[in-house]
Amino acid sequence: MEQFFSAATTIVIGVGGCLLYFFLSNIILDRVLPASGPNISRNINRANAIRPWLFLLPALILLALYLVYPLIWSIYLSVMDAGGQRFVGMSNYTWMVSDPKFLESMRNNILWLIVVPAFSTFFGLVAAAVTDRIRWGNFAKAMIFMPMAISFVGASVIWKFVYDFRPEGQNQIGLLNAIVEVFGGTPETWLTHDIVNSFLLMVVLIWIQTGFAMVILSAALRGIPEETIEAAILDGASPLQLFFKIKVPQIWGTILVVWTTITITVLKVFDIVLTMTNGQWGTQVLGNYMYDWLVRGQDSGRASAIAIVIMLLVLPIMIWNIRNARREMR
Amino acid sequence: MDNIVGQKSSLTWAVNLVAVALVLLWTIPTFGLLVSSFRDRDQILTSGWWQSMFPQEATLQYRAGAPDTAVQEGGLYVIAGNVFDDGTGFVSAFGTSTREPGAYAAGDVAQTNDGFELTVQEDGSYRLTSAIPFEGTRGERIFVTTTQAPSFTTENFVRVMNAEGLGRGFLNTLTVSIPATIIPILVAAFAAYALAWMDFPGRALLIATVVGLLVVPLQLALIPLLQLHLKAGIGKSYLGIWLAHSAFGLPLAIYLLRNYMAGLPRDIIESARVDGATDFQIFLKIILPLSFPALASFAIFQFLWTWNDLLVALVFLGSTQDQLVMTGQLKELMGSRGGDWEILAASAFISIAVPLAVFFAMQKYLVRGLLAGSVK
Repeated sequence: MEQFFSAATTIVIGVGGCLLYFFLSNIILDRVLPASGPNISRNINRANAIRPWLFLLPALILLALYLVYPLIWSIYLSVMDAGGQRFVGMSNYTWMVSDPKFLESMRNNILWLIVVPAFSTFFGLVAAAVTDRIRWGNFAKAMIFMPMAISFVGASVIWKFVYDFRPEGQNQIGLLNAIVEVFGGTPETWLTHDIVNSFLLMVVLIWIQTGFAMVILSAALRGIPEETIEAAILDGASPLQLFFKIKVPQIWGTILVVWTTITITVLKVFDIVLTMTNGQWGTQVLGNYMYDWLVRGQDSGRASAIAIVIMLLVLPIMIWNIRNARREMR
Repeated sequence: MDNIVGQKSSLTWAVNLVAVALVLLWTIPTFGLLVSSFRDRDQILTSGWWQSMFPQEATLQYRAGAPDTAVQEGGLYVIAGNVFDDGTGFVSAFGTSTREPGAYAAGDVAQTNDGFELTVQEDGSYRLTSAIPFEGTRGERIFVTTTQAPSFTTENFVRVMNAEGLGRGFLNTLTVSIPATIIPILVAAFAAYALAWMDFPGRALLIATVVGLLVVPLQLALIPLLQLHLKAGIGKSYLGIWLAHSAFGLPLAIYLLRNYMAGLPRDIIESARVDGATDFQIFLKIILPLSFPALASFAIFQFLWTWNDLLVALVFLGSTQDQLVMTGQLKELMGSRGGDWEILAASAFISIAVPLAVFFAMQKYLVRGLLAGSVK
């Protein structure tokens, strides 16, 4: 109960405080620079110059303090020692390139970067194409989209159950091993099986992200001008040709957007690896390895250096996004 | 597009088939865990959830009445009774040793190693006879193969809510996610209006910065912010996590809302300005109500994100039992009770019930938000 009161109070104080700030600051501005009297035009101009910043101030403070400052401070921490006390130059970075666990994380991250966006986009495209053509399409879409609402941890529980292992001879309770047995294979502890296990973890993220890809691509497919499709059909294109040669090239831009958005999610992947294997058996990834050094290793230098590596991997996409956004605004 | 000339219907069955396959693939894992959360521990561990709809065969061990309960009938000593405590059940086979627990069909007569005769009927009643008196203190072992009707229980849910402390986690998650959803909306709405409809130097640069910050990995912010919170005296508290979640959600909120507001008709705003309305009035009375769909989209995103988050909660909240949010508890349970699927399944379902409800109720806004939010 006490907790509820504190949460409710925070909402009231937070929201009320924000509202109060916006109201008061605007009223004060109107009082100090009234839109009347002898200096009316000068006052209006000045008020118009100041007002945007009143609107922006809380957002700017939060963004600066919680996103921009950490970016800079992380760079600083990454050249300091474990406790952030002593300057150590590039030694956190030179440690990295010879650390087998880091190299394993890089290898896995690159695998994730190739596999997850590719399969999510592919399945999303297929799902978008088929659900747009059937009567129960909306229901099908909702079902495929549903994992988006499930937390990564929840999804990990769901899939760990699928991968569950019972020794041979017992009834398998995990779906994967049960299927393997039906086809005459021997059950395995899949999550300890090097390389295979990384792919099994990727399945979880593909399962979550496909719905996202499907929703965006379905909208893009529906946005294709019908004339091009009709023309292709009149020219005798088969349904498959129509899809791959006429539709897909027209939504290429959207496919790229979906791909990069999923790429960013992949680079930050953490929860799935932490809860399913905690990076054991060759499944480590950068996100989880960074957390490992932060919490278990208590080394802010190395953890920051790994975070910087993740940031560097995101950077090209960031620049690409900014350039696109600027071009669109013109 | 159904009316376009030449769309062939011969492909329809293939399309339907692919759709069915995809839907099954995407729902079966969740469905399996849902079914399991309603089964009891022994059932989960002995048979796959897909068998739960059918009657189950199980082998039970039972001890016949002790030798001193034997009665004399004619020249025979007899122990009789029923292997089912409540008297209901169905026996298909029985046996007298662990090696062959199902050696005899119900109704047959079996010879035990000690020279007794044993019969078990289908209804579970048994009769153990011997020509000489029974000795010892323990009853004879009887193995029976029974068929149990499918049974489901809500006990797992009751148990995890109380004994496993998930009720507490539920409250904690709620406490984190509601303020962390509401606060950024307000802050972002004002900023978005300024970026969409007010003219000032540096506006383009600010928009570009927001687009850039959209993709900054959270991992980067963890250490500096934790140090900052500790220095500022906030420490690991709800206030800290509210601020963190609010700030991390801001770039998307500003981006979504700015795009939406910039698309509103210019005429409305210009005419309000001509009528002497200040920007503050225009924002509150015109823009905010018109932007409801975008506000709803972002609210759903932010709510799902804060509810489902694990990393921020692990770092910015403490990790004692009564501070953990539900995702944190799930993570702990996966580590400490990895094989107790009845607990994991029920806990997982409690934690994903709310986001799923929000998802199905507000799917329209979620889709709209996704379409507007993916950077084009």
